[in-house]
Amino acid sequence: MPDDLILETRDVAKEFLGFVAVAGVSLKVKRGSIHGLIGPNGAGKTTMFNLLTRFLPVTRGTILHRGEDVTRLRPAQVARRGVVRSFQISAVFPSLTTLENVRIALQRPLGTSFRFWSPASSLSVLDDRARALLGDVDLQDLADVPAGELPYGRKRALELATTLALEPEVLLLDEPTAGMGHEDVGRVAELIRRVARGRTVLMVEHNLSVVADLCDTITVLARGSVLAEGTYATVSADPAVREAYMGSAA
Amino acid sequence: MTVPSPRRWSGQAIFMGWATLVAVGLAAPFVVYPVFLMNVLCMALFASAFNLLLGYTGLLSFGHAAFLGSAGYVAGHAAKAWGVDPLLAILAGTAVATVLGFVIGSLAIRRSGIYFAMITLGFAQMVYFLAVQLPFTGGEDGLQGIPRGRLLGLVRLENSFAMYYLVFAIFLVGFAVIHRTIHSPFGHVLRSIKDNEPRALSLGYDVDRYKLLAFVISAGLAGLAGATKALAMQFETLTDVHWHKSGEVVLMTLLGGMGTVLGPSVGAIIVVTMENYLTGFGDWVTVIIGCVFVVGVLAFRRGFVGEALNLARRFRS
Repeated sequence: MPDDLILETRDVAKEFLGFVAVAGVSLKVKRGSIHGLIGPNGAGKTTMFNLLTRFLPVTRGTILHRGEDVTRLRPAQVARRGVVRSFQISAVFPSLTTLENVRIALQRPLGTSFRFWSPASSLSVLDDRARALLGDVDLQDLADVPAGELPYGRKRALELATTLALEPEVLLLDEPTAGMGHEDVGRVAELIRRVARGRTVLMVEHNLSVVADLCDTITVLARGSVLAEGTYATVSADPAVREAYMGSAA
Repeated sequence: MTVPSPRRWSGQAIFMGWATLVAVGLAAPFVVYPVFLMNVLCMALFASAFNLLLGYTGLLSFGHAAFLGSAGYVAGHAAKAWGVDPLLAILAGTAVATVLGFVIGSLAIRRSGIYFAMITLGFAQMVYFLAVQLPFTGGEDGLQGIPRGRLLGLVRLENSFAMYYLVFAIFLVGFAVIHRTIHSPFGHVLRSIKDNEPRALSLGYDVDRYKLLAFVISAGLAGLAGATKALAMQFETLTDVHWHKSGEVVLMTLLGGMGTVLGPSVGAIIVVTMENYLTGFGDWVTVIIGCVFVVGVLAFRRGFVGEALNLARRFRS
């Protein structure tokens, strides 16, 4: 059932001057699922994200979105198809206000983004939607604060609100809880569960309890290859996975 | 949710700012030598155009003299050899700089950071070479005795006051274009690119196209400044295409405050004034300006205007 797969890679590989970061990975992401990508450091998880969003060109292999070949598209084109990524380090626009951050995402479909002669007030038609999106992540009271002044957890929330403003079909989240305190981890996990309704999420995550809690399917990468795939129970019982994580077949 | 943002200026404050700017500009030639003022205004427009790239897009061009100078030569030649209307001469210079901006920009924006700067410098050096070699530029002598002509065949611009008000009007138009560009939907995208380019890309913006348009606008306005300056000063020489000029505009922008609307103009006033009144010191001018620059940047990291705005912001909140 090919239309059941929203994102698929076939034998995708990436080499950097002879160093093999991803060595032929075939990934199948089902529509509507929360798919986790885990593995030790250097397993090629972030490289996979960069390949899927075309931030890096593949060395070989094919990437399919809704069954169509997107291997040669430009990154902005992939984003406009609805495959939108987040970043490991929080990606906000620090000199813009929280509201303006979300508005940047809403602004593009308006089709006026090249108009250097229009006043900025022409963007205020988007303010209500931007505020609603901020409300979804509990940032409505900080709408006029420059994003650079937000605490870390709030920046991640803002990043999520900005990503959601694009109404993405597929969300690629790169370590959404990295560097967070315990409180924030729970909040963000809950937020991901909420926004995943009606969407597909592919996430790289180190926090295994978050992965166990959220993900329907988990793919374990090690040294650029798929080590195991399945539900959390399946992969966590796999001796090869345990060895890759612990360094011994404990 | 009606709390006004402390970062924004009210419409009234902006209107007062513009009114003050216009009033000072109108009165200035009665106090200060008009030719000096025209030079200041042209350099202020040049620096403001440059700031659109450095301060609002995050691109450091090290070849902006190419646009200033090429427009100056074209405008000067059009006025002197063809005797066209001064406005037409200025438009011709601006058009050439805009096209040149498109050509250089299309290639330079493929790289970022230091490589971007080096590509723009490389092209500017080519333009310098052309200015030395091409027959119409007058080589080492430059273009001398450029006639200012009659504006629309009516107003004699040989009168320095008339010429000054034309320069001031052009400055205001250029400045308004920059102001609007910064505060437009396009300007918001530029700021997002400056803040975090990969993120802007991931939101579906083809950032190179936005950078290119910013580059072309900046080059065109730098050309407008150069073309106007050639007519106002009545000469055009290699100084305007030399890489010193590309460096000087970086200096003006940093000294005044990059990423502020007024900063580059303030920087231009400081630098042009120093160059003008310190000529008695000969070659030492460069040393003195260098010292002022070092002290200025060390003491006022945001530039004079940037620091003033920061103080005002703290005072208000």
